[in-house]
Amino acid sequence: MTIAPKQPFVLSQRHLLGIEGLTRADISGLLDLSEEFVELNRQIEKKRASLRGRTQINLFFEVSTRTQASFELAGKRLGADVMNMSASSSSMRKGETLMDTAITLNAMHPDIIVVRHHASGAVELLARKVDCSVINAGDGAHEHPTQALLDALTIRRNKGRLEGLTVAICGDILHSRVARSNIILLNTMGARVRVVAPSTLLPPGIERFGVEVARDMRAGLAGADIVMMLRLQRERMNGSYVPSVSEYFQYYGLDEKKLGFAKPDALVMHPGPMNRGVEIDSIVADGPRSLIREQVEMGVAVRMAVLEALSRNLPNA
Amino acid sequence: MLDRRPILLANARIADPSRDLDIVGDVLLADGVVREAKTGIGAAGVPEGTEVIDCRGRLVAPGLIDMRAFIGEPGATSRETLATASQAAAAGGVTTIVCQPDTTPAIDNAATVDYVLRRARDTAIVHVHPMAAITKGLEGKEMTEIGLLKAAGAVAFTDGERSVTNAQVMRRALAYARDFDALIVHHTEDPDLIGEGVMNEGEFGARLGLMGVPKAAETIVLERDIRLVDLTGGRYHAASVTCAESLEVLRRAKDAGLDVTASASINHLTLNENDIGPYRTFLKLLPPLRAEDDRKALVEALADGLVDVAMSDHNPQDVETKRLPFAEAAPGAIGLETMLIAGLRLVHGGEIELIKLLRAMSTRPAELLGLPGGTLRAGAPADLIVVDLDRPWVVDPAELKSKCKNTPFDEARMTGRVVRTIVAGRTVYEIV
Repeated sequence: MTIAPKQPFVLSQRHLLGIEGLTRADISGLLDLSEEFVELNRQIEKKRASLRGRTQINLFFEVSTRTQASFELAGKRLGADVMNMSASSSSMRKGETLMDTAITLNAMHPDIIVVRHHASGAVELLARKVDCSVINAGDGAHEHPTQALLDALTIRRNKGRLEGLTVAICGDILHSRVARSNIILLNTMGARVRVVAPSTLLPPGIERFGVEVARDMRAGLAGADIVMMLRLQRERMNGSYVPSVSEYFQYYGLDEKKLGFAKPDALVMHPGPMNRGVEIDSIVADGPRSLIREQVEMGVAVRMAVLEALSRNLPNA
Repeated sequence: MLDRRPILLANARIADPSRDLDIVGDVLLADGVVREAKTGIGAAGVPEGTEVIDCRGRLVAPGLIDMRAFIGEPGATSRETLATASQAAAAGGVTTIVCQPDTTPAIDNAATVDYVLRRARDTAIVHVHPMAAITKGLEGKEMTEIGLLKAAGAVAFTDGERSVTNAQVMRRALAYARDFDALIVHHTEDPDLIGEGVMNEGEFGARLGLMGVPKAAETIVLERDIRLVDLTGGRYHAASVTCAESLEVLRRAKDAGLDVTASASINHLTLNENDIGPYRTFLKLLPPLRAEDDRKALVEALADGLVDVAMSDHNPQDVETKRLPFAEAAPGAIGLETMLIAGLRLVHGGEIELIKLLRAMSTRPAELLGLPGGTLRAGAPADLIVVDLDRPWVVDPAELKSKCKNTPFDEARMTGRVVRTIVAGRTVYEIV
């Protein structure tokens, strides 16, 4: 009598364009797979060969340090040949359109393209024109699925679960793809989501996203297990969406006093890069309740899991 | 002209919205005009040499007059010429195109009006009348030579897809135009409130991560304009209303007896924001598609005459301007060829009576612009269409006559098709 080996996790789709459309099982499967890579990444020998012979292109139309580095490391640790292309250095600057770039790259037979673009929907548009798998590394204000997955992994490892937790997402919800992906993921996994922001930084119709909406930090953080801060971009600070940095920090910046509104064991997250003294105080960011550095570590593991899961669907795999 | 034989459209369902007429009968055309349209003319009662066309019960109606079409001539003929637009129009049952002045150069002087009219005469197979700019260069600052432009043939004045934001400029244009009995047609969208917005503001846009345009961007400008019409006594037409709130504003203005009228585009009458689906850029429009409640309210308003005109808002955009991320794509959709047929969806769905749809696409624009069509009365121009109301077909972009294929009805199933278009007594389009 033989015992059937455990079936390897397979994602039910060719691309990862967003959290929208993923099932609870998909998300759990990716998080479980990520755990294996967290362990691997803490070893001296960090390499696997599951993507050996595969070509991964990181196509970044918007500058990014940590996400691009994270995807690059993830691909290399799995044995893929990784090429980075960014907007500042390439023909994308010379007026070549997104679609032309897609068609050109497709002709080089990549297996996976990781794309970041400043326009919502751009990654989906590109995915329609290529034959390989596409991973969304952030499109406009739409989605940033690997960020939401790494946030979920970080929360699960620290709280032991996602279901039933209260997560307060605070700051520039209007322009945030991180917020959108997190709201969808956390709702799918049964967490309670609250968004906290001044009205000018809340998208219209947010009440219908299945979240509670608060306009001040005291109400918004009450009973929260997780406080997730978002980055406020500099051009939105001075009179356009909020009056000034100092006023924003006064009312919405996370300091020790405001963190006191949350549960005593509440933990703090931030997708980075942080604006210290704008949306978060250094004492909190670097304090014992901060998970911010752990999020970065989880980022590599989650991206390895996504690459691995998608590679299992590639032809001849 | 001499070779133009008389035509008898026999056994037709005749719909003449100018007289609320919907009868079975025959229509006789001769010398470029309608001789008569009534029951029982018969093949016996027509002049010798008349071409008799058996319509077998199909609809015969006045040719459509499309009040808002953007055409690339002069300046962007790679997108559309007067010739290709006119072929698309003929295939869609449009016998008169009213082209918009935001060309390159803009239609803001009499010489350009004359150029467009001559090009149309030489190349187009349907009638073409230009609107001229309200302000020079469409810049919203200095008014154009409204008197001279009207004399040259401009049928109305508009800054196309731009709003005149300066209330003083708008006030003077309305006041001055009034002296020439000229109609001011205005795109009502506040550019500051549009901001970075690319679709309707609301939950759906927020989910797509697209910035929204609030309905107030439209109603604020419309409300302001109504006040200015009240102040000046001008003749005013809202170029494209899209939401229920604008209809309330219109209702108040009309109840107050002001000379205010409005159009709605066929897109806003038949589609809503959800049709954008996965970032379909062919449905990116100015103003944006709104919610289903707004669409329903627009159709109701069209049926009861509060909204006077249904127009195509024809705006050809090619692959380079449309195959882009949604926020970066150019707005606009082609519509000349599908406006009537898309409108028939509303008729088949019981949302509006056929005669009312036809009125909004022919009789009303003729009245507002002072054009002779939109009727089948004796002596009217012989601009007519024959429509098979029940014929099913699928819109194949490759078969559309327009140079650009940015139709929101890509692959859509339609019921009803224009089978013959007659302009000035001559058949310019026919399918079997």
